[in-house]
Parts: sequence; structure tokens; C-alpha cells
Amino acid sequence: MPWDRNQMAARAAEELEDGMYVNLGIGIPTLVANYVGDKDITLQSENGMLGMGPFPYEGEEDPDLINAGKQTITELPRTSFFDSATSFAMIRGGKIAAAILGAMEVAENGDLANWMIPGKLVKGMGGAMDLVAGVGRVVVVMDHTNKHGDSKVLKACTLPLTGKGVVNRIITNLGVLDVVEGGLRIVECAEGVTEDELRAATEATIVD
Amino acid sequence: MKKVYGSADEALDGLLFDGMLIAAGGFGLCGIPELLIDALVKAGVKDLTVASNNAGVDGFGLGKLLDTRQIKKMMSSYVGENAEFMRQYLSGELELEFNPQGTLAERMRAGGAGIPGFYTKTGVGTVIAEGKEVKEFDGEDYILERGIFADISIVKAWKADDTGNLVFRKTARNFNPPAAMCGKVCIAEVEEIVPRGSLDPDGIHLPGIYVHRLIQGEHEKRIEQRTVRKREEA
Repeated sequence: MPWDRNQMAARAAEELEDGMYVNLGIGIPTLVANYVGDKDITLQSENGMLGMGPFPYEGEEDPDLINAGKQTITELPRTSFFDSATSFAMIRGGKIAAAILGAMEVAENGDLANWMIPGKLVKGMGGAMDLVAGVGRVVVVMDHTNKHGDSKVLKACTLPLTGKGVVNRIITNLGVLDVVEGGLRIVECAEGVTEDELRAATEATIVD
Repeated sequence: MKKVYGSADEALDGLLFDGMLIAAGGFGLCGIPELLIDALVKAGVKDLTVASNNAGVDGFGLGKLLDTRQIKKMMSSYVGENAEFMRQYLSGELELEFNPQGTLAERMRAGGAGIPGFYTKTGVGTVIAEGKEVKEFDGEDYILERGIFADISIVKAWKADDTGNLVFRKTARNFNPPAAMCGKVCIAEVEEIVPRGSLDPDGIHLPGIYVHRLIQGEHEKRIEQRTVRKREEA
């Protein structure tokens, strides 16, 4: 059985180490926060906050306190607030240890596409291009194939890029792959998924 | 030094002209200059270029200026929450210049700091780099981005003193300081204007030198995505 959304998030949480400052994208990456356990992780929200807390209790929502997905959230004892220029200074400046992001396509050279599909409604890249260009480590969490069964782990991206050669690790429902010299290396397969199944679902070059 | 005005209409008087460039603070609907947007609608100034991270929602925030077709061009990083925006954009009535969010913030900050251009690695190798100078520093490529010099800035803060020193609240700070910095004239709307001397000088987020006109008023502060957790989960 491939991993489900929560299992993918739990696997992604293993990437995080004590003391890290981390930015989580929207979708499955947001769920990663549920699996950090006892690790001392500080979440950054690029609209201007370090130390993002959980959603508020009903009736305690504050319109002045939202995350980058515009959702109401809460602060923690460690929280700090700052402006958008400062927020992206820490992102671009490499102070954020890791970003965990969703993707439409990833290529074997680390190229990432996750912001636009030509001919479809384009909403914008938000902070994704800055994040992938600046943070220490980029981990992509996504389904291995699209709804037509085509691989999203490609030799070359077909969609407009968010960043060139920026991805370090890919976590999918089928397993974990690292971007290395010459292609991707299999780190592990999801429980119940064979290496042959993982290879068959991957268009990108897999190196040993 | 008289910075405090009686209303948003008065605070914008004499500053507006068709085709002008306006930098606006806010992220989503958080920390947006609601009162000044309403005053711009009332003033009817048109062919505006607006540098703002987002474009409001239908009928609120910058969405109001889209409904009245006063905006010619948006410079933004994310515009997904507004059907009227998309309709005007797809029909060719509205120009859109996508900026990565950090690039937009830095373009504003740079403009306010007297820096006409800067190199960044954000967007290298993407459509954002098309037509921009690429320069190599220490073996890595960077692209040239321009500072934004706006005709006016419209921003929202929590508190101000009468000299224009501003204090923001939580994540409502967002684009407001860089937007404020890059305008030739900055108009700030706040929830409360307090007498000079009553704000802690060490706690000022944006010094009054960047703020030329001030108004106080009531804000709706609409929530875009209300998300909560249940008490029993605690």
C-alpha cells in the first residue's frame, strides 16, 4: 500500500531536526506540523512571523493574526513578528533551514514546477520562488503520479519552473528519492511498495 | 508639522492623478488600508498601477477599485481570490505583472532606501528572469530587479502618534513598512492616534519620517479564511 497524505507528512517530519527554522507550504506540507513530536521546531510564515502556533479556538480568531494561506492562527511564547521585506531577507539569506513544499512536477536535475499551468488560470507564485532559491534544503512532498497515472518525477519539467536545480529530496506516496549527480537515488520505498513499482512510476533517471 | 487629517478624503486631497503608481500595504485582507481604498473609489482617479501583494477579494479591499475599473495594472505575487480580477485579466482589460513575493517586498524596500536596482537569485532560470540582466557573483547567477518608486503609498497600522511614528499589530505588519517607504508621499490609516510621547521609542516599527499624512478610523478587518480547532482536541 502506498503512503496516504498523513503518512507522507509523517515521513516528511523525519526530515526536521531539533532547532530548525522551517517553512511549510500549503496542502500536505501543512500536515507535517502534526508529526514533529518533541522536536524543537520553529515554523516560519512568510507573511511575517516566526513561531507559528495552531489554529485558534472558536471565538478567539484574530483578523491581525494569519498565516501565508490567510488562515487564522495563534502565536506561541517564542513568536516574533516582522515585515515582508525582513521575512524574505531571512528566506533569501539562507537563514531558514528547510522548506517543505508541494509540487506539480520535479525533474531529475532538481528543477521544480509548482506555480502555473499554461492555459489555465494562474494565481501567482506567491513566495515559492523566493523560498526555493533561498532556503537551506528543499523537500518536495507530492503524489508520485498525476490523476492520469503519469509520472510527476520527470527527466525534465514540462511546466514553467519555480526554481532551477533547487530540490534536494522528493517524498511521494511511493517512497523517498534524493537528487544526486546524474539523476535520482532511491532512499526508501513506502511500506508495501517494491523498488520495481517505484522505478516503473518514475520517468526520471534513477542512479544507484 | 501637521500630519493628522480629518478624513481619508482630506488626506488624499491634492495627491491624486490619473495613471499614478500606488504602493499598498497588506497581505490578503490582513492589514489593508480599507479607508484609503474607499476614498480612492470615491475620488474616481483612474488608470492606476497598484503594487500590492494581493488584489483583495470581490467587493472588498482592492477588489473595490477593480469593480469600478480604476486599476489599469497590478504588480502582485498572488491574485487567486478575486473572480472580477480574473475576468478583467482574461479579457485583457487589466495588466498583471507577477513578482515573487520577496522580490516585490524588496523592490519596495529598495525604492524607499534610494536603491534603484538589486540582484537576487529568486526567479533565476524561470519566466521571471526573461528580459532581465543576469550577473554572476561568486559562481552563481543573479537577476537584476528594480526598486519601486511610487507616487503615493497607502498603508494601515495599529497605532500612530501625531508625528507619524507607527506601530503595527501581529501579522498585519506584512507589506506595510516597505510599501510606506517607497512612496513619495505616504498616507497611513490607523486604529488609534495617540499623543507624542505615549509610544515607547524603542517599540516604533516605522519611524514617522516615512509617514506624511495620517488618519484614524474604524476598520472592518474582514477574515479571509476562518480556521479554528475544537476545544476538546486540546
